[in-house]
Amino acid sequence: MNGILSFARRFARNRAALAGVLVLLFVGAMALSAPFVYPSDPWDMVTMPFVWPGEDAEVWLGSDMMGRDLASGIFHGAKVSLTIGFVATLLATLFGTLVGALAGYYLGLADTLLMRVTELFQTIPQFIFAIVVVAILTPSVTNVTLAIALVSWPSVARLVRGEVLALREREFVQASRSIGMGDLRIIATQILPNALGPIIVMGSLMVATAILTEAGLAFLGLGDPNVMSWGSIIGAGRDALRSAWYITAIPGFAILLTVLALNLVGEGLNDALNPRLKNR
Amino acid sequence: MLSPTSAAAPAPLLEIRDLHTHFFTPRGVMKAVNGVSLAVRRGEILAVVGESGCGKSVTAMSVLKLIATPPGRIVKGEILFEGRDLVPLTDRAMQEVRGEGIGMIFQEPMTSLNPVLTVGEQIAETLIRHKRLSRREAREKAVDLLDLVGLSDPSRRVGQYPHELSGGMRQRVVIAMAIACDPKLLIADEPTTALDVTVQAQILDLLMEMRDRLGMGLVIITHDLGVVAETADRVAVMYAGRKVEEAGVQELFAQPRHPYTQGLIRATPDGGIAAGPRIAGRRPPRLTEIPGMVPPLDRMPDGCAFAPRCPHAIEACRAAVPPLERAGGTHAVACIRSGETFAHKRVPHAVEAHA
Amino acid sequence: MTNVLLVNDLVKHFPAGDGRVVHAVDGVSLELDRGETLSLVGESGCGKSTLGKTIMQLHAPTSGSVMVEGREITRLPKRALRTLRRDLQMVFQDPFASLNPRVTVGRALEEPLIVQNQGARKERRERVAWLLEKVGLPADAAGRHPHEFSGGQRQRIGIARALALNPKVIICDEPVSALDVSVRAQVLNLLADLKEEFGLAYLFISHDLSVVEYVSDRVAVMYLGRIVEVARREDLWARPLHPYTRALLDAAPVADPSRRRARRPRLAGEVPSPTNPPSGCRFRTRCPIAIPRCAEEVPHLTDARDRHMVACHRAFEAGTFEGGALAERALAGAPATPRPGGAVASSPRSIATARL
Repeated sequence: MNGILSFARRFARNRAALAGVLVLLFVGAMALSAPFVYPSDPWDMVTMPFVWPGEDAEVWLGSDMMGRDLASGIFHGAKVSLTIGFVATLLATLFGTLVGALAGYYLGLADTLLMRVTELFQTIPQFIFAIVVVAILTPSVTNVTLAIALVSWPSVARLVRGEVLALREREFVQASRSIGMGDLRIIATQILPNALGPIIVMGSLMVATAILTEAGLAFLGLGDPNVMSWGSIIGAGRDALRSAWYITAIPGFAILLTVLALNLVGEGLNDALNPRLKNR
Repeated sequence: MLSPTSAAAPAPLLEIRDLHTHFFTPRGVMKAVNGVSLAVRRGEILAVVGESGCGKSVTAMSVLKLIATPPGRIVKGEILFEGRDLVPLTDRAMQEVRGEGIGMIFQEPMTSLNPVLTVGEQIAETLIRHKRLSRREAREKAVDLLDLVGLSDPSRRVGQYPHELSGGMRQRVVIAMAIACDPKLLIADEPTTALDVTVQAQILDLLMEMRDRLGMGLVIITHDLGVVAETADRVAVMYAGRKVEEAGVQELFAQPRHPYTQGLIRATPDGGIAAGPRIAGRRPPRLTEIPGMVPPLDRMPDGCAFAPRCPHAIEACRAAVPPLERAGGTHAVACIRSGETFAHKRVPHAVEAHA
Repeated sequence: MTNVLLVNDLVKHFPAGDGRVVHAVDGVSLELDRGETLSLVGESGCGKSTLGKTIMQLHAPTSGSVMVEGREITRLPKRALRTLRRDLQMVFQDPFASLNPRVTVGRALEEPLIVQNQGARKERRERVAWLLEKVGLPADAAGRHPHEFSGGQRQRIGIARALALNPKVIICDEPVSALDVSVRAQVLNLLADLKEEFGLAYLFISHDLSVVEYVSDRVAVMYLGRIVEVARREDLWARPLHPYTRALLDAAPVADPSRRRARRPRLAGEVPSPTNPPSGCRFRTRCPIAIPRCAEEVPHLTDARDRHMVACHRAFEAGTFEGGALAERALAGAPATPRPGGAVASSPRSIATARL
């Protein structure tokens, strides 16, 4: 308990990270409240096309070329972006941790095999790989999430392997072996809890990348056609970029803000979890 | 404050007067050195001994003004080197002092050597800067110095990099660098702690030989009473940022007056207590423990810092910091009860049990 | 049978990465009697720590055997080894690295009991409280994390953990070398108390001769992966037979200035690399009394007298303890048989000649 408190105190000392948390909470609140604030489908045409923000109090962020409420799209899109970002990261982290932990702990043949596979994945450019996967699997929220998870686990695996490699030689791990503790139990109870800090930091940055990747896919028309995400609004708005730039700028700004917030939080976590900076 | 130098003795080479070095951290003020006075004469070996956190290393770093500022700062006191106070000196003036006046040897030789320069280049650099030698002369001198510190094949060693040398050889190189500009004082901070026993013996011998040959003053900072007993002329014992006792080495070991010094000597499993036959499987005789542990620097008790661990502590000990008082000859002790408690304290070392 | 631990011809080689092999432990045999303290002493790189960890099966031995209470524990399947581990436990060197920072002290002490399926939850908790009391820690320590304790207290926790399974043997790997003098005495006294109360046998690994002289019943001196001499503590200090032992004892500083000796000639040089150990006797490159035979033939540990074993070709020359005397004369600068290749430090009392 003490540890969590002192961690919170160290984290709160970083103003930028705190601001990031506030932004994320706000975006999260938007996502959760979307069905209540804008109960109708965001795809519904509710007003004239090309209403600029501030022109009409009913649609305060304006409307797109089909007369759909942009504010509703941003709120509902937040839900899609955050869900895909967090779920994809969770999957990638779990799988990457498993691979990295097994490779780093057992070394030898297991390590060679697992790391060769990891490297194979890493040699393919992430975004292009994601496009190919989605194109093959057909675009849907689930498939986009899976595709993003598939392209992002290798970096987690490498990070975890490095951490495990360092921790497995520590004396408390040897002490656990000397009382007869089994390998899997050592990995789960002794090693991974001590590698959690860097994994969490990397995860927070990966959510940002996942949101960007999702937006990129949607922009290229590879998003789920049935849900509105920030990327799909940008994709739709690009046709009217000259005449109605606000249609792309508003979701673009939402992405920028969220990704920035995630990065600030990531750095804040890094500082707070890094024991060498503890007394700063 | 009692000054350890009497009028008859020659002026000390280095005299530290009432030094206070504090560290200002978010957790509070760490009074690492809190009123320490020391003096070293030419050709003398002074050992400063104490456990981790007693302020012995910070004292040494303060002399060379190598304290990281912030958070550290010399808040009070004088450091007189050949009569000149070093505390107000500028960085530039201190660089002169560091090279030519005072040499320093650190515990871990690898950290004081630059891994990308050869041994010869590093020694030569000091000589070129401080002694204004030409590159050629500096290199020749470097070979001489490596010869002096007992490295075999010095003309080959000058071209080698630190990682090509063993730990003992590296420490010899560090010593060669420290004495390159003929300093008058050498400060060695745990010079043998990272080394093996047989190599430690070589390095301690070398330091003493350098003292004999070059007539330097030598300050050896250590936690190891064995090193103290084998090398020192005089010993200052530090505890929690203060000097608690100072005496000649024979006197200190034979008649320690401060309860902390007594405790340290008796807690060392060496000498009489260890020797002699024992029934196999039986426990060895008990060592005398010092109960508890050193108080953290930001939570010093009032009065004598050792009082919470001291078997003789009384109310008056907790009331005020005991002053350092002369206890015969050059023996000084900071304990208000040393007069009463000292008489019956004999140390097991007095018993000679070895063949 | 009185020995609780019997190590026979144990070998541990590591790959050096460049295709070469590190000969960390090279054919070590030793036995530890019930309730005995046997110290392993030597300089860094001599393999004493690797030997401890190989006996403990933390490193898989390259060859050789380790028997605890008469049962072979090398090359066992993991499950079978697990139960045998109860008898053999370890105290580690670094009190900060040997405890998991994220696990409470109570949990750390309970873990051995959980892993070994000992007792129900309530009994285990009682056992933890009892262990804490035995090592002199307050009962409320169980709920706290390791970082809340000082080095000495953490070493007590490490000792309690080793004690949890009621072992017969505890391997103590430099248990006090990270501690300050005043705290070191507390831990040494605790180890002695526990040994007496529970009849423990210790394999005590240390580089500190003053600590070794204090704790040991017998002492084994290691050099470059091999044991060069084993003797009862008092015999070793009184009559060291191996020239390395003698040099080690001579070099160790003694905390008593009245016993400060005239500056002695020192053993020259440093320990050679274990990837490429010298042929024959591994000490011959630094030995003041080495002869050609030492380069050709490995000296074996031989009983000189009454469980005093030494591995030196010259130990038995012209009388039982002549080897030691020879070494002394040679170190003192008296004419000794010149050793092949390399000058003998022959000028008396000269440190400058004690070259590397």
